[in-house]
Amino acid sequence: MTDLLWLLPAFPLVGALVLMVFGRRMGEPRSGLFASAMPIASFLVTMMVYFDLLSRPSEERSTVVTLFEWMPVGSLHIDLALLADPLSVTMALFITGIGSLIHLYAVGYMHGDPNFSKFFLYLNLFVFSMLMLVLGENLLVTFLGWEGVGACSYFLISFWHTRNSAAVAGKKAFVTNRIGDFGVMTAMFLAFSTLGTISYSSINEAAHSGALAPVTATAIALLLFVGAMGKSAQLPLYLWLPDAMEGPTPVSALIHAATMVTSGVFLMTRMSPVLHASYEFAPTIIAVVGAATALYAATVAVAQNDIKKVLAYSTVSQLGYMFLAIGSGAYVAAIFHMITHAFFKALLFLGSGSVIHGMHHEQDMRRMGALRKLMPVTAITFIIGWLAIAGVPPFAGFWSKDEILLYVYANNRFLYVVGLVTALLTAYYMTRQVIMVFYGKAKWNDHASDHGAHGDFTPHESPKIMLFPLVVLAFLSVVGGAMQLPFTKKLHFLEHWLAPITEESEAHIGETWAYHNKYILLGVAVVVATVGILAAFAVYAKGKFKAIEPKVLEQAWYYDAGASKLVGGPGAALFNGIAWVDANIVDGAVNGTATLVRNIGGTVRKAQTGFVRSYAALMAIGFVAVLAWFIYRGVA
Amino acid sequence: MLANVETAATLGIPLLTLLVVLPLVGAVMVSLMNKAQAEQIKLVALVFSLVTGALSVFMLAKFPSGQAGFQFVSQQSWVREWGISWHLGVDGISLFLVVLTGVLFPLVIIGIDPHHDQKPYLAWMLLLEAGVMGSFLSLDLFLFFVFFEIVLVPMYFLIGNWGYEKRVYAATKFFIYTMAGSAFMLVGIVATAFLARRDIGYLTFNLVEIAEKSNFATGTGRWLFVAFMIAFAVKVPLFPLHTWLPDAHTQAPTGGSVILAGVLLKMGTYGMLRFGVYLFPEATLWAKPVLFTLAVIGILYGAVAATMQKDLKRLVAYSSVAHLGFIVLGTFALTSQSLTGGVMQMVNHGVSTGALFLMVGMIYERRHTRQIAELGGIQSVAPIFAGFFMVVMLSSIGLPGLNGFVGEFLILIGSFETARWWVVVATLGVILAALYLLWAYQRVFHGEPSEANKSFPEITRREGLLLGVFVAAIVFTGIYPKPMLNRIEPSVNKLIEHVELRTDYQQPVSKGEVHGEAGE
Repeated sequence: MTDLLWLLPAFPLVGALVLMVFGRRMGEPRSGLFASAMPIASFLVTMMVYFDLLSRPSEERSTVVTLFEWMPVGSLHIDLALLADPLSVTMALFITGIGSLIHLYAVGYMHGDPNFSKFFLYLNLFVFSMLMLVLGENLLVTFLGWEGVGACSYFLISFWHTRNSAAVAGKKAFVTNRIGDFGVMTAMFLAFSTLGTISYSSINEAAHSGALAPVTATAIALLLFVGAMGKSAQLPLYLWLPDAMEGPTPVSALIHAATMVTSGVFLMTRMSPVLHASYEFAPTIIAVVGAATALYAATVAVAQNDIKKVLAYSTVSQLGYMFLAIGSGAYVAAIFHMITHAFFKALLFLGSGSVIHGMHHEQDMRRMGALRKLMPVTAITFIIGWLAIAGVPPFAGFWSKDEILLYVYANNRFLYVVGLVTALLTAYYMTRQVIMVFYGKAKWNDHASDHGAHGDFTPHESPKIMLFPLVVLAFLSVVGGAMQLPFTKKLHFLEHWLAPITEESEAHIGETWAYHNKYILLGVAVVVATVGILAAFAVYAKGKFKAIEPKVLEQAWYYDAGASKLVGGPGAALFNGIAWVDANIVDGAVNGTATLVRNIGGTVRKAQTGFVRSYAALMAIGFVAVLAWFIYRGVA
Repeated sequence: MLANVETAATLGIPLLTLLVVLPLVGAVMVSLMNKAQAEQIKLVALVFSLVTGALSVFMLAKFPSGQAGFQFVSQQSWVREWGISWHLGVDGISLFLVVLTGVLFPLVIIGIDPHHDQKPYLAWMLLLEAGVMGSFLSLDLFLFFVFFEIVLVPMYFLIGNWGYEKRVYAATKFFIYTMAGSAFMLVGIVATAFLARRDIGYLTFNLVEIAEKSNFATGTGRWLFVAFMIAFAVKVPLFPLHTWLPDAHTQAPTGGSVILAGVLLKMGTYGMLRFGVYLFPEATLWAKPVLFTLAVIGILYGAVAATMQKDLKRLVAYSSVAHLGFIVLGTFALTSQSLTGGVMQMVNHGVSTGALFLMVGMIYERRHTRQIAELGGIQSVAPIFAGFFMVVMLSSIGLPGLNGFVGEFLILIGSFETARWWVVVATLGVILAALYLLWAYQRVFHGEPSEANKSFPEITRREGLLLGVFVAAIVFTGIYPKPMLNRIEPSVNKLIEHVELRTDYQQPVSKGEVHGEAGE
């Protein structure tokens, strides 16, 4: 079955090409449904590959399918090759699975858009790139996908490009990600120059066997992490992700929550042996950056009023959690949380999209309220997503978050506290969101005229094609935790499945206090989530306390504004200065020399252009004569 | 006698001579025709350039993959007493540049009509083609110089007569600047031949003979190298000798810009490789750090200057300074990957930047402005045109899967071993490339179109076909570069071996031999 691996990316690629040519003629909704069939087909093939791998003994669950030699030069051999192993198939399963749902949802969401088919062309192209990213057998194939998803993200963020903010946000996302790409590229150079290869299996084997010196391993790991900081929106490169919400909501759900932004986590897991072979400070840096990002973004989410901005900062925060896990050696937990997060965050984004759709493109939560009666399915599924992310048992997010906290406690108690505070804030701001949107007083009529609706405006529930994905994702958000339950070793399904990739690098916590007292930690997590939820209820539902939403949090600690000032002020001045030097000094020297020569030569002004002209003409004649002679001599 | 033609392919016809002479004959024929016969003139020009293009593709098909030496060599003694000969040959280094020249000229002649005086325009174009072909094919120093200089004349008239507002200034600057550089090379060529006479025993301008048999004293070699290098550095152009380029590019008619960016600049980087490195290996190693530094400055500086341009055409022109910096870096890093990537990137840059200039020309035809501030919202009114621009732009940015990435990546990964910190800085240029092009795209294509831009016409069928050729090349080379790499690499390796033989330089051996097969 693994022979069919190439079909995985082939379906969406063909879909994109077909839509490129026939998209407009297919029209709405046919182009959307056609596009949706592509990830569904890929999903079915992935299932076949999955069961094929499952039927083999654990150590044989890895197959490379080489399509062709890509860049063979000298000692450099790079193939366009795909790798099927537990990690890549896990990624492919949820990319195609969630991707299919979001394609279907978008058929409803993008209804009436003049560029309907183009949207689906980009979505197909995205799924193709994302699959190349995770299926790559070497760093360069992954990088092909890595840049491909970046380009698609750029296309889709600026999809409604006539809005200036959307055009700017798209560009910002691409350029910020390029800063991260600098890291990935130099990591590849370094790997090739020390090992002569950039294939994962060879690099990881060198890391295992000790052939890769710790200093090189550290450098490679940290450079890759720079790339991960860009793609997975970590401090200080996260800046693009909140702005990326300018894109249509299905894009936010698919790319900027469930799949693309987790590429960094995937890459670090794929290269976990290298991180394992690094100096101790490398994982520590990753854990600290992750924890800092998690906490920072959670504080910002508390004070956002845009329904999607809350979820955007929440995503940044949850990604921080995953890197906290990576830095603590909890690779399985990171992947576990990546998957459950994909379920509930896609659900929340799609739910918010349903709200925005029903509210006629209103995104300000202060103008919502009491929507649960008018949008029952959206409300119920959103509430399930809320419980999952807030860490309420037995929803999916509870188990994965707890798994991470367990490892973090074993690794570093200070970071554990940071993780707990983040969990508290998460429960708090998500409860705030649910109350503002679905409970309380209806506030939409006060502002109805602002968004083009008339006096009798009533928000409405979304069409079935949008609700179906919500229901499926809600179901997964309820049961998703079952893939890795903490109670007995036997229930660690995901851990056993991923063992060939993570086993040797995974932190061993079996003998720690944390492991022996994991039920205490579980209890602490439940208490923290409850406190967060109750606090938000007290503030936003009961009005017992005044909401604390200082401007500094609303403005994300002024980091974005500061960065913009830096780029727009000294940055632009420097660039302008260089351009000025070029025009006036470097070129000035040239023109000055010319003037000098002319004056010394005593040639009169008039001569200058005429002189060159006739000189050129003379040259032409001369050369023709010379050539004629040449040919004559040659023949004779 | 040539030392390295043991495996050379030969054909019954003097293929390479035809590649040079056909456009020349075409130029003469066009200039002899009556200018009232506009249709026939165009037909003649087209036929000559098309046949030349077809021959270059035929040559590519016949070129034996995996061969390092010069193929299809044709050699006729010219001035026997001075050892000058009509000596042409093609190897992996020049192969794709010749094909690019052969294909680009007919495309430009079909795709872009001059605004006035078609007859002299086409005659100059064909003469230009002959000059460029000759430069890439010459294996005789004197002959090379002749062609290298011939190129200036048609280019001067094309800019000066068919260019935009400041065309005379730009043409004059181009001409004098390049001439000044060439003066050094002329001295260098004559001195090289006369000094090499002592080692060889007789006077010859034969490139291969001089390279293989000469043995210059260290100081002499370095001086000669510098003389050559000044001419090439102006041509490339290498910072800080680049300021003729933005003016020439911006003022040249679209066809001129496409040719200038597509093939003319490559005469500089090609010259560095074919003459600089090949003739003076010791001096190459000596000058490496300086050239790396200038190349890397060019990468960053060109990108920064491009970012701040208000004129779209000038922006693309400055981007060439940055791109050519990568090529120079790869050339002097002297590894299989860096040199193969560099040669490949010469072609890639020709394709993508040629296409960019073509499209900027299309914008000018429609809107009569190149000012970015006056454009905007074009994606809404001309989505197909915007789509073409996007693909070409992403190729220029170096998106994997498109041609620009392959060359850039090979240059950087190959140079990392021998020019590590320069590569690290050069990689920063990759970030800037995204910045200046995406910002330009945003201002030109995104947003709500203003009144003036609302009537921006979508591309015509002819324009679409023309751009389609470019995009096909961009995508194919990006996904399957192997056929190209296989033909470039042997000649590049041979050149590196030549350097290794004559100096103590050793190409770093990758430790891949130890671990490379481990994963299989």
